[in-house]
Amino acid sequence: MALYSEKVMDHFRNPRNVGIIENADGIGEVGNAKCGDIMKVYLKIEDDIIADVKFETFGCGSAIASSSMATELIKGKPVSEALSLTNQAVVEALDGLPVHKVHCSVLAEEAVKKALLDYYKRNGMTYDPQQFEDHENCGSCCDHNA
Amino acid sequence: MRIYLDNAATTKMSKTAVNALLPYMDDIYGNPSSLHLAGQAAAEALADARKRMANCLDCAADEITFTSGGSEADNQALYSAARIGARKGKRHIISTAFEHHAVLHTLDKLEKEGFEITLLDVHENGIVHAKQVSDAIREDTCLVTVMYANNEIGTVQPIQKIGEICRARDVIFHTDAVQAVGHLHVNVREQNIDMLSLSAHKFHGPKGIGILYCRKGIPLTTLIEGGAQERGRRGGTENIPAIMGMAAALEEACALIDENAGKLTVLRDRLIAGLSEIPHSILNGDAGRRLPGNVNFCFEGIEGESLLLLLDDKGICASSGSACTSGSLDPSHVLLAIGRIHDIAHGSLRLTLSEENTAEEIEYTIQAVKEVVTYLRGISPVWRDLVEGKKEFIIK
Repeated sequence: MALYSEKVMDHFRNPRNVGIIENADGIGEVGNAKCGDIMKVYLKIEDDIIADVKFETFGCGSAIASSSMATELIKGKPVSEALSLTNQAVVEALDGLPVHKVHCSVLAEEAVKKALLDYYKRNGMTYDPQQFEDHENCGSCCDHNA
Repeated sequence: MRIYLDNAATTKMSKTAVNALLPYMDDIYGNPSSLHLAGQAAAEALADARKRMANCLDCAADEITFTSGGSEADNQALYSAARIGARKGKRHIISTAFEHHAVLHTLDKLEKEGFEITLLDVHENGIVHAKQVSDAIREDTCLVTVMYANNEIGTVQPIQKIGEICRARDVIFHTDAVQAVGHLHVNVREQNIDMLSLSAHKFHGPKGIGILYCRKGIPLTTLIEGGAQERGRRGGTENIPAIMGMAAALEEACALIDENAGKLTVLRDRLIAGLSEIPHSILNGDAGRRLPGNVNFCFEGIEGESLLLLLDDKGICASSGSACTSGSLDPSHVLLAIGRIHDIAHGSLRLTLSEENTAEEIEYTIQAVKEVVTYLRGISPVWRDLVEGKKEFIIK
């Protein structure tokens, strides 16, 4: 289907880093089934580096591709760098997303950040709350209460 | 390989329809409004097509108005009935919650203009009861509009009974029969139908053409002002090639209706049986009272668009009521109307058959859907929570 770029279809058909991490150092889940998108990101962090990352996603093609790409972008990177991941970077790495699918990339960014926040909290580390604003649910994709 | 299972979206034109259409794109190109020979050849063809279509529906030729398709016919039917009602001070319309948007959005507009709309419940099996219509009719009811068969879940409504009730209570009865005509026996006389919309491309005819049947004596409101075409009920030069293709397609479909329905029902029921083997899946809509070619399922724990894309990779063309496939946030209003909650409605799959499909294709499709559902559940955090008992299954 021409709805998506080849990059999106590649990451959708062959998603990287699918799965879970037992004893993860940080876990972040965003979205809800009502909206049709849920992403869950698991992090293994060693020496302040994202040593491993896995994800599970319930959602459309672009949701699965966005999670796959987001995990690729942070794998092996320092935590500080992972923290600066933006949805725009995910969109660009995927060679673009249709306008009504951009929220999937936002969700991917939020899932990564929520997992990092979990890591900070578990380890009693100090963090700048501003970096984790509005990541409690998928505020970008659904505000209906139906 | 391509297995086309999206015949509710559109069908392939039949050879008969193509052959009937082509001469009117070539030699017979006159405008039926012209007085000369070329024009009159087209005018004769038009009159003939109108008569043949009228025979298929059991109405008079002058009760047929050609339109650009089902949506225009629905719009014109509703506005016309509303106009007639308003003149008599009747501003109440009865419909159902799972009509096509061509009806629902027109009703929204009429509501803004001061009409009161009652949308009847269609129950979990996707069928409205005639008694609900009877109970809902008031002194000021000017129109009952109930679709013949639903476009997503294929459930067939008790049209004849609703028609009887409306006729007895002197209320105009319109039915959007876009999914039914050519697939089920439709007879506007016997079924007391006052207005009926149909669309050619749902029964192997061309796209962009349909009709509005309107019983004699019910005045139509024009949506498109222009010349005197269609006896002043729709301006614009008639789309003669499409009309000729439609008439041929309808005659062919009506002649083969029982044969095709018999064949499709066997394929449909095998597909339903095969997909029912998938755990935590559910058929949407009544198992028996549905179109012979319609299959619609929800699978818990997955989302429909990713299901469609992976089936497409396997050569299967299908559709879904998932929000992601429509570009809106909400899943199908049809699935919500039969009580499927959002979480489940997102994981829906519609497979609609034609008589060209084979038993082998159905077996391949069952296998493919099983594989894709299993794969997507394997990467779904929702499925994990369900399997690990952190959430309760909605579909048991």
